[in-house]
Amino acid sequence: MTRAIPLDGREQFSALVPGEPVIIFKDVRIGFDDREVLQGISFETVYGETKVLLGEGGSGKTLIMKMAAGLLRPDSGTVTVMGHNIGEMGEKELLQFRRYIGFVFQEGALFDSMTVAENVAFRLGEEGVDETEAEKRVREALRFVEMESALERYPGELSGGMRRRVSIARALVDRPPILFYDSPTAGLDPVTCQTIMSLILRGRDLQGVTSLLATQRVQDAFGLANFHFDKNTGQILRDKPENNHAVQTPERANRALPERKTAPLKKPTGSTMESKGTSDATGFPSSDGGTSATNVLVLRDGKIYFEGAADALLNTSDEYLNEFLASAK
Amino acid sequence: MAEEKEVIEPLPSLLADGIKREVLAVQDYARLSFEALSDAFTPPFYWNDTLEQMDIIGVGSLPIIVLTGFFIGGVLVLQTAAQFERFGETALTGDAVALALVRELGPAITALLVAGRNASGIASEIGSMVVTEQVDAMRALGTDPVRKLMTPRVLAMILMLPLLTVVSDFVGLVGGFLVAYFTLRLGAVQFWTRAVHALDFGDLVQGLAKPFVFAFIISTVACFMGLRVKGGTQGVGRATTSAVVVSSVILLVTDTFITRLLLWAFHK
Repeated sequence: MTRAIPLDGREQFSALVPGEPVIIFKDVRIGFDDREVLQGISFETVYGETKVLLGEGGSGKTLIMKMAAGLLRPDSGTVTVMGHNIGEMGEKELLQFRRYIGFVFQEGALFDSMTVAENVAFRLGEEGVDETEAEKRVREALRFVEMESALERYPGELSGGMRRRVSIARALVDRPPILFYDSPTAGLDPVTCQTIMSLILRGRDLQGVTSLLATQRVQDAFGLANFHFDKNTGQILRDKPENNHAVQTPERANRALPERKTAPLKKPTGSTMESKGTSDATGFPSSDGGTSATNVLVLRDGKIYFEGAADALLNTSDEYLNEFLASAK
Repeated sequence: MAEEKEVIEPLPSLLADGIKREVLAVQDYARLSFEALSDAFTPPFYWNDTLEQMDIIGVGSLPIIVLTGFFIGGVLVLQTAAQFERFGETALTGDAVALALVRELGPAITALLVAGRNASGIASEIGSMVVTEQVDAMRALGTDPVRKLMTPRVLAMILMLPLLTVVSDFVGLVGGFLVAYFTLRLGAVQFWTRAVHALDFGDLVQGLAKPFVFAFIISTVACFMGLRVKGGTQGVGRATTSAVVVSSVILLVTDTFITRLLLWAFHK
């Protein structure tokens, strides 16, 4: 992407077209205390795409998202978001830029001295949105994550899953065009994980955002790749294989592991998205719809080990990836 | 299996690294303090946060300031009375208490108490926000944490500490008078007349200028320590201790220089 989207109004984002790169990492390196955590990461995320960053703990998933949000600066390489080189922006410009992104932190990172309603309304208050309008939008966002009844409660009174849901509401309240989810299901029980992933699916398919999602759970990647939220029925439905529009450029296909040394794996049976056991054991009725554009990026030893569609990951015979997939069983 | 040799860095290089770290910390502190002050003059302003901090720092510290101020005034009379009695000059007690409290003890002890109570509170609150990613969340929501967290605390401290010092001075004089009345049988008119006449304009300037400087030191050091927390809850504990120790030491050192400067300025 060469053109920079001006950061002076949301209407500018309507100019973005599907397939246009929104987030570009070019040979990005970052390290701490003499240890280089990311060693030359390059990838692109196009408009409307959800990129799932998979990797073990400490592989640098969160660092990638924090750099994309301008919360960290790379040691070398360039990070371009909506045409803006994040590394060259000053903190004031970055603050303006961040008003167009949403960030869901691993533990929610809710302001513990504020109520749920105040947390969700925080950005609206900063932008000077009228109080009545702000209240309406806060209720709407909390209704979306099914937390409207917790308006006046404090984060300390909520469970881990509830805090994540409020955090998602806070990120979505201003309908940002880009969303970053940092391990949104980490440390949660399977049922709550399913609830969180359903919310992310709904957010993606109702608001059409471009997003990065860091996770250690393969199930999250397959959930996003194989399911969609149907606006007509209001249900989460399984995509038909031919309807999965995962963005697969020739360049990415080449980077996906070329050799398959072992037989293709079965789908992870422990997937929370597949745990309800109705038609084809998905828990969700199938539909003809499905517009997901989800790609997976696996990080290992500071480098991109795999990049491609979830199906390609599922059918790989690579030993390391197999181990990763097996962990979801 | 070959044993991995532990590499020990030479002493000069360790020293150089340590000095470099400290110089960088001072540079960061100066930059942050300047930013917090300059943010006070440009929008957006966080008046509600400033008022809330004024309440926490000002009203919250009032009970300990009143209590300690009263007893410091009292103990000052007890300590000086014995000396004055030797020369039959107990009437000078009012002068001594007023000068000592207004010029030095009022500002210094109030600042030390406020540092103990509020620097620790500020550092631990901001530090906890850092380790739970609340500060990052604030940045991710497009809000400047220095403007939102630091500037209101610095402003509130600068506005409240001088007022607390005035209260402390007054209560100290009351405490001194009561002790003088009951131990030395000194009359109210005699004590208060001498106490008021002992003070001139230079003394008042000295007593009121110091709290402004001390307030700036306490609040900026506490916010700085909180914002640079690393290492989870243990780091928060370390930052809290450092905030109190460093701000107390800096304010006492600064006190010496301000006193010298003001004494010179008022030809004393």
